[in-house]
Amino acid sequence: MNEERKGLKEKITNSDIWKSIFRHSYEDTGRRYTLQILQNVWLHLHPPRISRHALHFRFTWCMGGITFLMFLVTAVTGVLLMFYYRPTAEYAFPDIQALEFDIPFGMLLRNMHRWAAHGMVISVMLHMFRVFLTGSYKKPREFNWAVGVILLLITFFLSFTGYLLPWDQLAYWAVTVGTNMARATPVLGHEGPFAPPDITQANDVRFALLGGTIVGPSTLLRFYILHCVAVPLVASLLMALHFWRVRKDGGISGPL
Amino acid sequence: MEPFLELIKKPDNVPILAILFLIPFFLWLSYKQARQTDRTGVPSDAALNDKVYVWPYLCRNEFICAIIIMLILGVWSIMIDAPLEEPSDPAKTPNPSKAPWYFLALQEMLVYFDPWIAGVVLPGLIIAGLIAIPYIDINPKGKGYYTLKERPFAIAVFCFGFLILWIVLMIVGTFLRGPGWNIFWPWEEWDPHRVVPLTNVNLSYLFGIRDDLTANFFGFAVVAGYFALGPIFYFWKSKSSKFLQELGLIRYVVVSFLFLAMMALPIKMILRLALNIKYVWVTPWFNI
Ligand code: HEM
Repeated sequence: MNEERKGLKEKITNSDIWKSIFRHSYEDTGRRYTLQILQNVWLHLHPPRISRHALHFRFTWCMGGITFLMFLVTAVTGVLLMFYYRPTAEYAFPDIQALEFDIPFGMLLRNMHRWAAHGMVISVMLHMFRVFLTGSYKKPREFNWAVGVILLLITFFLSFTGYLLPWDQLAYWAVTVGTNMARATPVLGHEGPFAPPDITQANDVRFALLGGTIVGPSTLLRFYILHCVAVPLVASLLMALHFWRVRKDGGISGPL
Repeated sequence: MEPFLELIKKPDNVPILAILFLIPFFLWLSYKQARQTDRTGVPSDAALNDKVYVWPYLCRNEFICAIIIMLILGVWSIMIDAPLEEPSDPAKTPNPSKAPWYFLALQEMLVYFDPWIAGVVLPGLIIAGLIAIPYIDINPKGKGYYTLKERPFAIAVFCFGFLILWIVLMIVGTFLRGPGWNIFWPWEEWDPHRVVPLTNVNLSYLFGIRDDLTANFFGFAVVAGYFALGPIFYFWKSKSSKFLQELGLIRYVVVSFLFLAMMALPIKMILRLALNIKYVWVTPWFNI
């Protein structure tokens, strides 16, 4: 019986189909551990080997990884939410209600999306704090720190644009308060210092952001597109750059 | 008491409660390691050359971490529902109107500065300042390990900015601000009609200056003098300080400007809260 099973296993792993998919064996050797990383598209941003101290939770707090995980969760749940949500003043609010009451697991979906987004904001702030405390922004990682700062802003902006989408009182006024500051932009905002006389409520930076003089249907559409398409796209590109740089700058920093 | 309990129970404020627990925890964790290094010295090369395979050692950690986090997120999502209030109504302004919690430190700055400073200039300086950090911190020590002794100034400044000016103000904005953006302590009832008498005056007024033009020049002198403190210190000390010479004039000017700009917030807060100062510098175009 055992012999037979072994023979069968060998037959399968030696078949052309198996070998076309899996490029390496599974024996416990360093060579295989290396190939495992190098030949896997999902894992290959890792180096094959890292220094032992970089493994420790107490050093990195895992916060960069958790931020990325939260981003992935919001991406998956977000795509599912998009099936049920229409970004118009007429439908946005009832669609969210439908998610809560009619659609199977709709509430859970919405909860996971929202709490993962909040979680991402927390973890990205803690990640930055840890990178500072370990002095990991110092040569040669200066540029990656700058990429990180942009990612921090993008995280805030993603969260903020999503905040409007339920189109309830909470969303509406939080975004109204948040975007009101743009009125006061020097030169470009109609209430800012040094604004030329032809900058008005109807053509300043706040107008460009809202697509109107108050938060309205065009704001909803703008924020929807920023939230679901434009900003996640930029975020993904910058994250790829960020991870690539972590590796090219010599892996996780250490006292060497 | 009641409005405070309401605020704590708001689902969107759960992250802040989490932060209240997470920040002390990670401060303790990093402090412990910093103490360790400061006492025994930086770990030796031999220990560091110890390399391990990413598969399975790191991938395993990532996997376990992901499972734990997904469990927490799952429980959180089952237990607490995302909020949904009444449909939006542009005619019905809630009081207070609050931005999302992560912007409340910015909203808090609006109390002390005009919107163009609090909403545009200071956030811009925060971003520029953060990006500038690696280029102005030329201390080669303390790279890749926790320490306090080797970079006390850098850590003190960043912790002050991050913990006090960002996290604490965020918490104040979330839990202590009520109607009219007035401070309400947890044991107080929210009184939407509370009016705080505005007795604020400008700094020049406090010094007995009544004439606008003089007040304008006075304000300019105070603000310019404040930001000149940095360069003055440089020319006073740079002959004798090796550190300042290494830093160089340009880097030093950037550091001192960013530092003074950051400290302008707590200074303005103290001026406002202790002396009822409204503006330091009033001009026909802008007020600071
Ligand atoms: C979307 C946001 C971000 C993601 C997904 C992310 C992800 C990561 C990951 C997975 C690492 C590997 C080490 C670790 O987990 O700590 C890392 C390292 C790093 N991150 Fe981020 N990060 C983000 C934002 C930031 C921010 C805001 C900063 C700083 C302002 C930053 C600066 C750095 C630096 C300098 C390193 C190298 C650390 C070292 O070598 O020890 N990142 N990042």
